[in-house]
Amino acid sequence: MSAAEKRIATNRKVTPIVKLPVEFNVQLPPCKKYVLSNGVEVFAVDMGGEDTLMLNWVFYSGNWFEKKKLSASATNYLLKNGTTRLTAFGVNEHFEYYGSYLNRSCYNETAELNLHCLNKHVNELIPVVAEIITDSVFPEEELSIYKQNAQQRLKVSLLKCEFVAGQLIDSYLFGEHHPYGKYSRLEDYEALQREEILDFYKRYYQEGRCVIFAAGKLPADLIDRLEQYFGKLPLRPHKSIDEVVAHPTSPAAQKKQQITIDPQGVQAAIRIARPFPNRHHPDFQKAMVLNNVYGGFFGSRLMANIREEKGYTYGIYSYLMNHVEQSGWIISTEAGRDVSEATVKEIYKEMKQIREQLIEEEELMITKNYMIGTILGDLDGPFQVAARWKNLVLNNLDEKYFNQGIETIKTVTAEELQQVADKYLRPEAFYELLVV
Amino acid sequence: MIQLEKFTLQNGLRVVVHEDPATPMAVLNVMYDVGSKDEDPNKTGFAHLFEHLMFGGSINVKDFETPLQMAGGENNAYTSNDVTNYYIQIPAENIETAFWLESDRMLSLAFSKKALEVQRKVVCEEFREHYINKPYGDVWFRMREMAYTTHPYQWMTIGKELSHVENAELQDVKNFFSKHYRPVNAILVVGGNVKLEQVKHLAEKWFGNIPAGEKYIRQNFTEPVQTAPRRRDLKARVPLDALYKCWHMDSRLAHGYYVADLITEVLGGGGSSRLYQSLVKEKQLFSNIECYHFGSVDKGLLTIEGKLVKGVQMNVAEKSIEDELVRMTQDLIHDKELTKIKNKTESAIAFEDMNLMARCNSLAFYELLGDAALFNSDREKYFSVTADDILQYSRTMFDVNNSNTLCYYSEN
Repeated sequence: MSAAEKRIATNRKVTPIVKLPVEFNVQLPPCKKYVLSNGVEVFAVDMGGEDTLMLNWVFYSGNWFEKKKLSASATNYLLKNGTTRLTAFGVNEHFEYYGSYLNRSCYNETAELNLHCLNKHVNELIPVVAEIITDSVFPEEELSIYKQNAQQRLKVSLLKCEFVAGQLIDSYLFGEHHPYGKYSRLEDYEALQREEILDFYKRYYQEGRCVIFAAGKLPADLIDRLEQYFGKLPLRPHKSIDEVVAHPTSPAAQKKQQITIDPQGVQAAIRIARPFPNRHHPDFQKAMVLNNVYGGFFGSRLMANIREEKGYTYGIYSYLMNHVEQSGWIISTEAGRDVSEATVKEIYKEMKQIREQLIEEEELMITKNYMIGTILGDLDGPFQVAARWKNLVLNNLDEKYFNQGIETIKTVTAEELQQVADKYLRPEAFYELLVV
Repeated sequence: MIQLEKFTLQNGLRVVVHEDPATPMAVLNVMYDVGSKDEDPNKTGFAHLFEHLMFGGSINVKDFETPLQMAGGENNAYTSNDVTNYYIQIPAENIETAFWLESDRMLSLAFSKKALEVQRKVVCEEFREHYINKPYGDVWFRMREMAYTTHPYQWMTIGKELSHVENAELQDVKNFFSKHYRPVNAILVVGGNVKLEQVKHLAEKWFGNIPAGEKYIRQNFTEPVQTAPRRRDLKARVPLDALYKCWHMDSRLAHGYYVADLITEVLGGGGSSRLYQSLVKEKQLFSNIECYHFGSVDKGLLTIEGKLVKGVQMNVAEKSIEDELVRMTQDLIHDKELTKIKNKTESAIAFEDMNLMARCNSLAFYELLGDAALFNSDREKYFSVTADDILQYSRTMFDVNNSNTLCYYSEN
């Protein structure tokens, strides 16, 4: 059987002719870079037939930069809650009147504003985004409503074992004082002050490091508009290094933990994780392939064994964490309480298996083809392409990395994957947490 | 407007083709005209359990996933109260693999005992994960059984209780398959980088010789008009009191459906909606509040749900919602607000239609409702709704005798 073509179907027992995705030439559609006069870069993906548009303002204003917990996320959340000219209602009404969505999100290194709109309305919306970035006022009343409602949300989340497990495993891996490991408590909301938010806003938004992503069928004058509204602001390019904030990790001493939040709970949230280097490490892309074999998709070993063979869980996945500085490799599932210990045992058993035995050729080929197929499907549309580019840019990578990734999927051998497994998939390196 | 073609195979399988040469991908979507509303009240959760078993091997293909993954395809499925839908996305070159796999499991399942045993457990874990081990997880079981006295929407897709899933037997599986999973009860949509002639050929080749089966004639349950308000109190280990209110609304193709849909936008769509602005921001009685409906084929439920700010009394919170509903029944909404909700609808549709899988899924659903071409005409109906329609419909729907209220109290 050739690698490129399988047998012609003669009946239902035989698979139809397939062009294996590993034979496909996968290309990342291009992205054009513009530089505004203040040095802020705009990455533009101009494709798609629809009259829809995405504009994404990314600031280096994630929790990496905050001095006090929650300053970053509260500032980001309250960006939509009023400017000198508009109330919170006024801001929301403006974007909603034009049928657009202005979302904000706060991550570790970055925080952002993301606008989805119909092309025909973009000129009504860009000026108000600029207003938000230059002239938000963070009214005390809005802050107090935010504090109250965020605490109420947190109280509900703290009763969900998967939420608690997610917080704790990160803190074990990176330390409770590291941006990747810290989590907020009710009292942290209480302690939030308006002045801290105003300071954070000035430093990390009004005069912050910014990069813009645009995708869709881009209007001809879009870059001129961005120049007009953002090119003259005291924003700085995202690569300007005027401050180096280092956060050393401080992983937990104890490797195994069990927490009970509900004595009557019928399921346990299981998280098993270890630190892992970031994308610049030569093992990273191979580990992505290995992870797929191990637990990365529905056809993986963890899923086949623990869900499809034993029925212990509705789903189990492993993945590499999406962090810039340092990643982690994590296995995550919610399993029946009475089978949670058995589930943990099987997770380690699958680690041992993948360390000690070469992955068979067919299994490796399935994984490789599945991965390429997924990437192809994922590149179908301007927003998805822009998301790929954004991931590269924010990790200080370029399309060479994308191409290398494709090449690694196509050519990595079972022997190389076994070496990666042997190096990393060692139970003694993993933190283990069960939350009931 | 999107491009679409239709034809029907001799065995009654309806086929819709949606050519889109701009994508390298193809989607094959099979929708079966069966949902949890077709279940025996003593064997609920079965349509969904059956969906899991569709991945447990078919008559000629032991393993559904592996050949699909080898061809670069991805797939999933869902079950609702109304339908069961299976979809595959795959590089267009390999679309025949999707035809092969999907047709074989329509031809016949392997009916493996082992698959049933495992999937019963998996579904029980799904039940525990989403509805037992979650604060407020039982709300919709209680609300549905209160709001529907007759219609089988009275139970959740996951099933009324774990025991119904646990007691499912292989004979039930076989009966369900022959009753519902026949070509005559199914719709095939193929979209993306495909050609009509190619799809005709492949559909005939792979689906054409599957026996038609008997057309399933659904017993139509009409929910009697509600004539008095219904209420229930619940108490559980949750940190906050919560309030849920539902009103019966029109079925999917009735004029009232579109009006109700826009009403949910007025009341609960985003940061400038009425309930959020008035009750979360101004009066600060709720920490969050939403208004939505379920998109049901038969008469559905329009819902308002919110969590109360700690210390607020339930009756005060409920009164505040009623005050907003009174506004809906007394005053015409302003032009600006009407334009806003129509702009939002226009844009929501445009974003949804960007996704090939979503388009194919909608085409199948519209064909199930009567005609895939509704895809292009149905959306226009939102834009013809007037402020007066909204006023009149609010008066009918928000009648207190049409209301179902569930007060969920914190034990703490």
